[in-house]
Amino acid sequence: MRVGLMVPCYLDMFYPQVGIATLELLEKLGVQVDYPFDQTCCGQPMANSGAHTESAATEELLVRNFADHDYIVAPSGSCVHHVRNKFTAAEDTPQRRHVSSHTWDLPEFLCDVLKVEEFPWARFPHEVALHVSCSAIRGLYQQSMSERPNDPWFSKPRSLLEKVDGISIADFDRHDECCGFGGTFAVTEEAVSAAMGNDKLQHIGASGARYIVSGDMSCLMQLQGCAHRDREDFHFLHLAQVLNGDAE
Amino acid sequence: MKSVDQARNALAFLEDEAHERAFDTLIWGLRERRDAAARDVPEWEELRTLASQIKEHTLSNLGQYLEMFEVSAARNGATMHWARDAHEHNQIVYDILNSHGAKHLVKSKSMLTEECDLRPFLQRRDIEVTETDLGERIQQLDDQPPTHIVGPAFQKTPQDVAELFYRVYGSDPDRADPVYLAQVMREHTRPLILSADAGMTGANFAVAATGAIVTVTNEGNADLSGNVPRLRICSVGIEKIIPGNDELAVFIRLLTRSATGERITQYTSHFRKPRAGSEMHIVLVDNGRSARLADERFWPSLKCIRCGACMNTCPVYRRSGGLSYGGTYMGPIGIITMPAADIRRYRELPFASTINGSCSNVCPVQIDIHEQIYQWREVMDDHGQFSTTKKAAMKVAGKVLSNPTAYRAAAESGLAALRVLPHFALYMRLNAWGRHRDVPAPPNETFHRWYARTRGRAEGDQP
Amino acid sequence: MSARDDILTAVRDGAPAPQPLPQVPDFASGTSDLVGPFTAALARLDGKVVLRPPAGILPWLSTTFPDAHRICSAVNEVHGNVTPAEFSDWAAPADIDVLIMRTPLGIAETGSILLTENEVGVTTAAVLAQHLVVLLDPADIIENLHHAYRHPAFQDAAYAVLLSGPSGSADIGGITVHPAQGVTTLTVVLAPRDNDTAEQ
Repeated sequence: MRVGLMVPCYLDMFYPQVGIATLELLEKLGVQVDYPFDQTCCGQPMANSGAHTESAATEELLVRNFADHDYIVAPSGSCVHHVRNKFTAAEDTPQRRHVSSHTWDLPEFLCDVLKVEEFPWARFPHEVALHVSCSAIRGLYQQSMSERPNDPWFSKPRSLLEKVDGISIADFDRHDECCGFGGTFAVTEEAVSAAMGNDKLQHIGASGARYIVSGDMSCLMQLQGCAHRDREDFHFLHLAQVLNGDAE
Repeated sequence: MKSVDQARNALAFLEDEAHERAFDTLIWGLRERRDAAARDVPEWEELRTLASQIKEHTLSNLGQYLEMFEVSAARNGATMHWARDAHEHNQIVYDILNSHGAKHLVKSKSMLTEECDLRPFLQRRDIEVTETDLGERIQQLDDQPPTHIVGPAFQKTPQDVAELFYRVYGSDPDRADPVYLAQVMREHTRPLILSADAGMTGANFAVAATGAIVTVTNEGNADLSGNVPRLRICSVGIEKIIPGNDELAVFIRLLTRSATGERITQYTSHFRKPRAGSEMHIVLVDNGRSARLADERFWPSLKCIRCGACMNTCPVYRRSGGLSYGGTYMGPIGIITMPAADIRRYRELPFASTINGSCSNVCPVQIDIHEQIYQWREVMDDHGQFSTTKKAAMKVAGKVLSNPTAYRAAAESGLAALRVLPHFALYMRLNAWGRHRDVPAPPNETFHRWYARTRGRAEGDQP
Repeated sequence: MSARDDILTAVRDGAPAPQPLPQVPDFASGTSDLVGPFTAALARLDGKVVLRPPAGILPWLSTTFPDAHRICSAVNEVHGNVTPAEFSDWAAPADIDVLIMRTPLGIAETGSILLTENEVGVTTAAVLAQHLVVLLDPADIIENLHHAYRHPAFQDAAYAVLLSGPSGSADIGGITVHPAQGVTTLTVVLAPRDNDTAEQ
């Protein structure tokens, strides 16, 4: 089983600790992980802006980097959603299809492939709010969505987090409403974006939780930006960091 | 022609914090009630699938169903008219009214007539028009378009309405009591309904097999507008046709639950034949619908049954307000339909979205709204609707991100990397991110650097 | 080419590939108690259900609507002081205080009753009257809308309305108020048909 690690551009540049935690976690679980050094980005920044042609070369580079891997794992729901479901700028080759259908977000890989039952090296005796991104919920179906109230409840990220010793997971209102990041939306519609981020922090804050955990660092970046500005006392951690035992 | 600056309109909306909070709370409440209604119907998802399939079947056979409807309506004694566009629609309506000497028209809510801008057209030709839907009438009195397709005046608080009624009717400005205000409206509008020369309604559905026009109201104002006067006109978008009563049941079960969380409205009315001594005119309107039908990406938007669920759930709509979209339709459905009418004017709308997908999952007819929004972005690029700076920024980003060495060099240079990513786009004022948020601080080394340093992998080494 | 021809040509030329029409099930749950759900559903939109008053409808009317002067009855079993045949035009029922009619159909799912021109010739009376009283035989309650739309009473009516509560609106601040433009109260009286005898 050849596993390739994808570390998205924004994690590479701003949150390398998330990539490190993901690599270390997979290795603790007995996985031998490749890191194709020439990887850059999934193409989402251009594609989501409608600049389809401009994202083709970036997408094709990703295909070349990961064409020979059986599993491609990334700690980012939005990037995995893009690669799996929206990878249409790249030329439609067998390699492209292979990469699209073999890319996993970290929680999915841990639940469905490795079927992890425990994280004995991790301990997190705090109350946390788990924010699951819209990409993870409505793009990758990692958690049942509030829009479909008759579906049976399930959550892959939550089921993993619950296995961490000492942890307590708080419930909060409007739990799967979008955090307001949306890529370039955060810049082009910054007032609405910030209002959405602040509202989410308010709902989380009302639950009493001060640790916010997510499988998507882009959401956390958005919430972190809103929190710091208003001098609010939250701590932000990627799911990989908690499961890897980085934090305590 | 200037494009609608939805972001700037949204900022203005947000600056009135009290109104924005009240609006977001009210509209989210509708979403919650919709969820409760769906929970009560074990077959909810099956109904959504049926509704979607029925609409897709009907739209893909639309010519046949329009002709079937025409035959049924003629058999019932109704008169059919056809309008290619808004102007033809307005002219037909005027001609019907004028040929009967009608000077005063009462009408129930119809987004189609908003689309056609009917009221000003008639008013310029000396025909007085009175809206009978409470929310629509409030907006008419305030000279504002509807802000939500189900509750046109949802952006107004009871206090706002009290002040408006004081200005128009001289009622008590300090009684912000909805019961009192509804009574004020009833007292002023009822006489107008009873004495009107003609009545007009829209149609929620038009049933091909029976020729019936179906309206769904809480007030009963469509029944009054349609049945009191002897001359009655019905404006129907061609996409409103459904095959028969079996299919109608599916939509009636879904519509109100999706809109407000109630199982049905107080008046669900089926008009088939004009009563003796009266005339019923039905105007079938195209106004861009056949063009949309021919678009293989966007034709599913024609399935829409105007429930408003998409805008209720949309976190952007709730914080921007309905007027921010600058068009007849607002929120997610507005984003995917307005640009077809005027691509330049509405070129920013597809970007007034985080593509979170909530809308598609509440839509009772399973329109893939968020995916269509995403595709509209590409259309905007293809049609040259991007500014030159945005285009240039995308090219730069695409070049850097597809070149591993160039990318690593840019990424290593810390803050300069912010300029590469379109997230922190070159075509925007760079400090826009920082206006309401703090900018993330670049770390000491990138993951690439860390990996090369600790795992001994040098640049250019392939596994 | 006429507008009609242009439109029909455009929709034919542009139509997507034909999709089949699905078969709609009737979603019957086989529940036997329909009065309970009907009453609860009607109450959601502020309608009321009462059992047939043992002393008769007219005495019940005077206590329930003490200020009502013009009472229009569309049923043989109750005599009011106005009959529907007396309406000169369709705006005339505006001064009716109470309209009494019998409905052929009630729907448990939604708390709706059916009104067509067969029940009340001048159907605007059911919207313009201040109060509406509807006699409903419990045996005429059916389960859901799928059944309703197949019911014979529905099929040939020139005008058919499913009434599910008094006229209301939530357009002001999302707060529901009664009435808006239609009736102020809606009361359904559960009264089997063949128990009816004319009341003076």
